[in-house]
Amino acid sequence: MEVLMITFELSKEQNLILKSAKEFAAKELRDIARDCDEENAIPKKVLDKAWEVGLANSAVPEAYDGIGMKRSAITNVLIGEELGYGCATLATAIMAPSAFINPLIDFGTEDQKKKYLPQYAGEKFVPAAMALQENTFTFDPTDMQTKADKKGNDWVIKGVKRLVPLGSTANHFLVLARTGKDTGLANIGAFIVPRNAQGLTISEENEKTMGLKALPSSRLTFNDCVVPEADKLGGDQGIDGRRLINSIRVGNCSLSVGLSKAVTDLSIPYAKDRIAFDEPIAKKQIIAIYLANMYIETENMRWMVWKAASQLDGGKDATRATTVMRHYVNKYAMKIADDGVQIYGGHGYIRDFPLEMWLRNARTLTVLDGMIAA
Amino acid sequence: MVDFSLNETDQKILEEVKKLAKATEKNSRYWDEHEEEVRHMGQKAPEAEAFSYIFDMMKDRDKKEGACSPMLYQMTQSMNQGLGDGLMSIMSGQRNWALGNASLQAAGTPEQQAKWGNTLLAMANTEPGCGSDSKAIETTAVLDGDEWVLNGEKIFVTTGILCQGVVVWATIDKSAGRGGIKSFVVMKGTPGFQLEKKEKKLGIRSSDTAAFVLKNCRIPRENLLGLDEEVKQKGGGGFKGLMRTFNMTRPMVSAGGIGNVNAAYDFVQEAMKKEGVEMNWEAGPLKRTSIQDKMIELESQIQAASLSTLRAAWLAEKGQPNNLESAMCKSKGGEISRTGAQLAIELLGALGITQDQLVEKAFRDARITDIYEGTGEINRLVVARAILGYTSEDLM
Repeated sequence: MEVLMITFELSKEQNLILKSAKEFAAKELRDIARDCDEENAIPKKVLDKAWEVGLANSAVPEAYDGIGMKRSAITNVLIGEELGYGCATLATAIMAPSAFINPLIDFGTEDQKKKYLPQYAGEKFVPAAMALQENTFTFDPTDMQTKADKKGNDWVIKGVKRLVPLGSTANHFLVLARTGKDTGLANIGAFIVPRNAQGLTISEENEKTMGLKALPSSRLTFNDCVVPEADKLGGDQGIDGRRLINSIRVGNCSLSVGLSKAVTDLSIPYAKDRIAFDEPIAKKQIIAIYLANMYIETENMRWMVWKAASQLDGGKDATRATTVMRHYVNKYAMKIADDGVQIYGGHGYIRDFPLEMWLRNARTLTVLDGMIAA
Repeated sequence: MVDFSLNETDQKILEEVKKLAKATEKNSRYWDEHEEEVRHMGQKAPEAEAFSYIFDMMKDRDKKEGACSPMLYQMTQSMNQGLGDGLMSIMSGQRNWALGNASLQAAGTPEQQAKWGNTLLAMANTEPGCGSDSKAIETTAVLDGDEWVLNGEKIFVTTGILCQGVVVWATIDKSAGRGGIKSFVVMKGTPGFQLEKKEKKLGIRSSDTAAFVLKNCRIPRENLLGLDEEVKQKGGGGFKGLMRTFNMTRPMVSAGGIGNVNAAYDFVQEAMKKEGVEMNWEAGPLKRTSIQDKMIELESQIQAASLSTLRAAWLAEKGQPNNLESAMCKSKGGEISRTGAQLAIELLGALGITQDQLVEKAFRDARITDIYEGTGEINRLVVARAILGYTSEDLM
């Protein structure tokens, strides 16, 4: 009997989900991606369709009206890559509520899970999001500027959050803030805040971004926003801040892997068709080696993400792994999107062709965080 | 379930392997400085004799928990070979195995394998004018009665001094290109088979690299590996079989290079620690020093190459095709053997290049990785052809 300790083997369930996500992305995402980007809008029905297939909330346990699939970062990474392959923007929109749902599953008290999870357990898309990014060019989650202070039985949040996905429609936000004097990921607190909370102002206009354009996002201003003790995620114990940040990094990077694979798969046929100097440019060594490196690094990135995800699934602290993963994935996903545009030449610059959109999406995706949780 | 960790038993074994690796450092500098001497791998590290218990640990593990994938085991050990010499040779316990033996396994008839199975065989394909373009070799083999007559020059023959025989690639019909290439077993002492020199190298100095001349060298007809005397018009045959062995050897070579860089990286981490430089894996960009950033870069490259290599090995172990993955992991392993080793020395500054310690040797030893067993350029062309659906005629 062979016991392979080091293994890339997926479970039967994971293989089914992978197939599902792949088929969904091919059928529903790729073809509408450009129109969504031009119109800055996502049809609700594609979000509903994704949720109907169980691509964002299947880990909600049966006790809270969910499907009760095994909670696994690897599973979410598989979904993230396939949806990201279809369209990074639509993938983010579909999976954004996971950044509210999964932390609730991971860290919520029994009461919190009972109260909130059933609202997100159904077959129709229900918007929610994490509020992480702050209003500074030097944002550092280990040094949060958004503060939550205890006042009697409540917490009072002060600060500004930027680029919060689905801000215009989200029912709830999971707001990350510093709860004490101490910095560091371990000291991050998370608060469940409904959109109509007093002291919370959601920007009227959506944020205007270079990439992931169709994903609506908002600026959230917390002016002494009062949050009852019952809505501090994890209650007295709080959350495992490292685990939370690591799971969103893994989620983000899984989309980047899908994006990288998409750019590579778009570049190969283009290079084979495009004739220059009497032959396809794919037969020129420079272009051929670009493509080889794009393929090689897409694979490498995937395994880096799997490694970090498998550590999360194994209950280990994945901070070192996600730091290393993120550095690598952000660098190479950017390079691949960039090389893709170059291979397309002039056509890489024109919006009739896909590549310029993937470039904008790549730069945007690789500087953002807090959008989906693996 | 996806997992890249080792269980408790394997971790214990790996710890002992690392101790063995550390032990082989003792004579490592000597062999680096005495390139003119040639001793068998096992003889180079007498201090490793005390570690035979590791083989018992592995046998025990096989009995109790089931045999761990040998290829994955070997990869993991190669990647943890430390700064010493010859760990892999010691661990495999195969003191009579070289690349010619791999050819014998891939292309020889059962009788040939029985005849030469216990003979240490090197492999000779590279020539002064021909390396990457292996189909352009000029060494000829002409059938004369019951003998093949070989003429040509071979260089860069690993284990060329220690070996008892050499598997020589020669062409029986130059006009047929690949289809005319065969391999022949030439035993040392055969008239017309002359050892010309032992190379002096940048690194891996304890590996004996030789050059040979074949001048009207006559060998028995039965020494043609595979005994197929037919000239193939469209490639295939023996050439393809030999190419297929690369799918096993490329991950191993990549793992070796990664092992050099890993060892250099371990040294850097220890050196930093000793000088009070702490790695904070959580720190944001404003708080990280340039050294910490470089450490993250170095660790990420090592990890990417390692995972890529494990993937190729895992597929091979499952009996699945890994032609593409082998070429990919060799490309990446070769690449970081250069950039990673360079970055490690950069992190150490001026003292990194002194010969007080072995890390500069790791830099020199690692450098061959992107050159042999298919250069990084060739391996990337292999990848490009695979993903483009091109033949080597389509894309050179």
